[in-house]
Amino acid sequence: MTDLVIKNVTMVDGKVTDIAISNGVISAIGSGLSGTETLDASSLIALPGFVDLHTHLREPGYEQSETVLTGTQSAALGGYTAVHAMANTSPVADTAGVVEQIKTLGDEAGYCEVFPIGAVTVGLQGEKMAELGAMAKSKANVRVFSDDGNCVHDPVIMRRALEYVKAFDGVIAQHAQEPRLTAGAQMNEGIVSAELGLTGWPAVAEESIIARDVLLAEHVGSRVHICHLSTRGSVELIRWAKQRGINVTAEVTPHHLLLTDELVRSYDAKYKVNPPLRTADDVAALREALVDGTIDIIATDHAPHPIEAKDCEWAAAANGMVGLEAAASIAYQVLVESGQSNYERMSAVMSENPAKIARDQNQGQPIAVGNIANIALFDPQAKRSMSEFTASKSTNNPYAGMEMHGAVKHTIFRGKFTVRDYKLQEANA
Amino acid sequence: MKHLLSTKDLSKDQAVGILDIAEEMSAVNSREIKKLPTLRGKTVVNLFFEDSTRTRISFELAAKRLSADVINFSAKGSSVSKGESLKDTAQTLEAMGTEAVVIRHAASGAAQKLAESGWITSHIVNAGDGTHEHPTQALLDAFTIRKRFHGAASTGKDLSGLKVAIVGDILHSRVARSNLHLLNTLGAEVLFVAPPTLLPAAQDWKAKFHYSLDACINDEQPDVLMMLRIQLERMNASFFPSEREYARGWGLNRSRLENLKETAIVMHPGPMNRGLEIDAHSADSPKSTVLEQVSNGVSVRMAVLYSLLSNEGLIND
Repeated sequence: MTDLVIKNVTMVDGKVTDIAISNGVISAIGSGLSGTETLDASSLIALPGFVDLHTHLREPGYEQSETVLTGTQSAALGGYTAVHAMANTSPVADTAGVVEQIKTLGDEAGYCEVFPIGAVTVGLQGEKMAELGAMAKSKANVRVFSDDGNCVHDPVIMRRALEYVKAFDGVIAQHAQEPRLTAGAQMNEGIVSAELGLTGWPAVAEESIIARDVLLAEHVGSRVHICHLSTRGSVELIRWAKQRGINVTAEVTPHHLLLTDELVRSYDAKYKVNPPLRTADDVAALREALVDGTIDIIATDHAPHPIEAKDCEWAAAANGMVGLEAAASIAYQVLVESGQSNYERMSAVMSENPAKIARDQNQGQPIAVGNIANIALFDPQAKRSMSEFTASKSTNNPYAGMEMHGAVKHTIFRGKFTVRDYKLQEANA
Repeated sequence: MKHLLSTKDLSKDQAVGILDIAEEMSAVNSREIKKLPTLRGKTVVNLFFEDSTRTRISFELAAKRLSADVINFSAKGSSVSKGESLKDTAQTLEAMGTEAVVIRHAASGAAQKLAESGWITSHIVNAGDGTHEHPTQALLDAFTIRKRFHGAASTGKDLSGLKVAIVGDILHSRVARSNLHLLNTLGAEVLFVAPPTLLPAAQDWKAKFHYSLDACINDEQPDVLMMLRIQLERMNASFFPSEREYARGWGLNRSRLENLKETAIVMHPGPMNRGLEIDAHSADSPKSTVLEQVSNGVSVRMAVLYSLLSNEGLIND
């Protein structure tokens, strides 16, 4: 029994067809399909449901900013069917108990699959390895480990972690930030920081850690993933490492693809983020690297914060910005609308590659018969002025007021609409 | 002009205009009755989140000499030490009926934030925000330079033709940033002198840079040598090896003073570290304008408050 037929949808290769879904699985692809329910998808693009490798859901501990429910609702509106929840919660996700709790909250919410990321070190303190094996073996089945927010700066701990997770095919996702070079840092170190009198966060603090970690990964034969690349130099290092055959993957955030440190001149803390917004030259290098494959994925680093953490003087403000509902538009603008690449690449960086890096089952699969029906239906004609208010609990939205091109109109998670006509649906967990 | 946040915002006419008003205020300050009724009924808050007795007193005196009511709010021992935010503090004080807020804050951008956030509607005067700007200091420096070089004929003049060398911790100095913009606006040439660690790694500033103070003095023959205070927290952060090495390389001493040209002046925003960035001989020499800067500070701050708050508002924008 076919539950849903998506009519006249455009696939990433440009073919127009119908997609039939039965019992949560793609049951047929072809023209003239019929089912209990049909959805006219003329002029929409069918992309595999997006997978975010870098989401801060804030629960447990910071429910004033976000909960697993509100964060995954925001994710669904952005076309995501899976998110990876960063470990910097309270308590930190550094034990099997906490990661299982987060997974359970995700299952209960029912808006997308929630894969907890485990902390590399106990309490994100960078001193003692957390029980990575226990988290890997837990019901949360953790494969991605990160101290994000902090850098695993001790080279010995980093080396050991890279080696240790080989036992269960895990990966370390490094927040590359040399802590001594960034003590008190407030924004990108450069012409703007010199004028504004804000302590600089130099590119070399990111690049030196990336250089070290790709060499460590090579030495111990491990894979390593670099979070939120933000500089031209980082791109060049990753390009070099890949040419050398080092098993490294890299992500870029939507905001580092779009925004620059010129925005900091307003001292408006909604532009405060770590790593900081860089220069237009860095943005150009990141875009180029996303197109040519040096950068593997777009990951949001969706980082909700309450109003009071941003409505204050710059130095007192928290780092981070929300991004789940803007990411697809920015990916589209950078890859497709620009004429630089295509929907295949958009599908790869938003869905397939992140799922591969994280070893996610049933996510990031091509839209093909027999695969789970996780689908984002994207309208490239849509134009919207971004609202400060999204499904996220928080409003630290740097895109508020900007016109975005292209938007996810419907999201289908395991065969059911989580979003239909831009509206959240009841989730059936 | 609604606020004074940065000297970057001042046109040449506005800057000269403020200095000219300060000339008139300076005349008031030399009278027996040092008071004008101009701001009677207006309330000015000195909102000081950082200790700075000198700047606070200077603003207080300026407001009082214009007959404004003055409230001094200092963060220590106040609700701020109990965690109250800048927003709540500012709104609370404005709710009591204030027209102007003079803010000193350790965070760069705090004054601009207060002006542009929509939290309050008062006029904002930046009395030093982190390592960003200190515009009234730059104005009083410009006033002092103008007075020394043009004397009684100062009114209406700018600073063109003068070379101003600013020496010391440029990287962390709000005085240097405000002077950079204002001196350029007024037509002076700006030279920065510092060890490379105390200069920004990248900048697009309209200034010439020197690592050697001696080379700067000998090759450039500056008209003004402005010595910046070395903050204690720089000492142990590897910006330079030791106080003595700093003083040897970048401190002003008798022999360097003697190498300055005849008409040159020596400035310091205070408080001085005698023996570190400036020796006693130089600080107390006739070339030194340190005390003139302090008294001119009151006149310049009167001019700023007057420009922002008086209904006639001589400065238009």
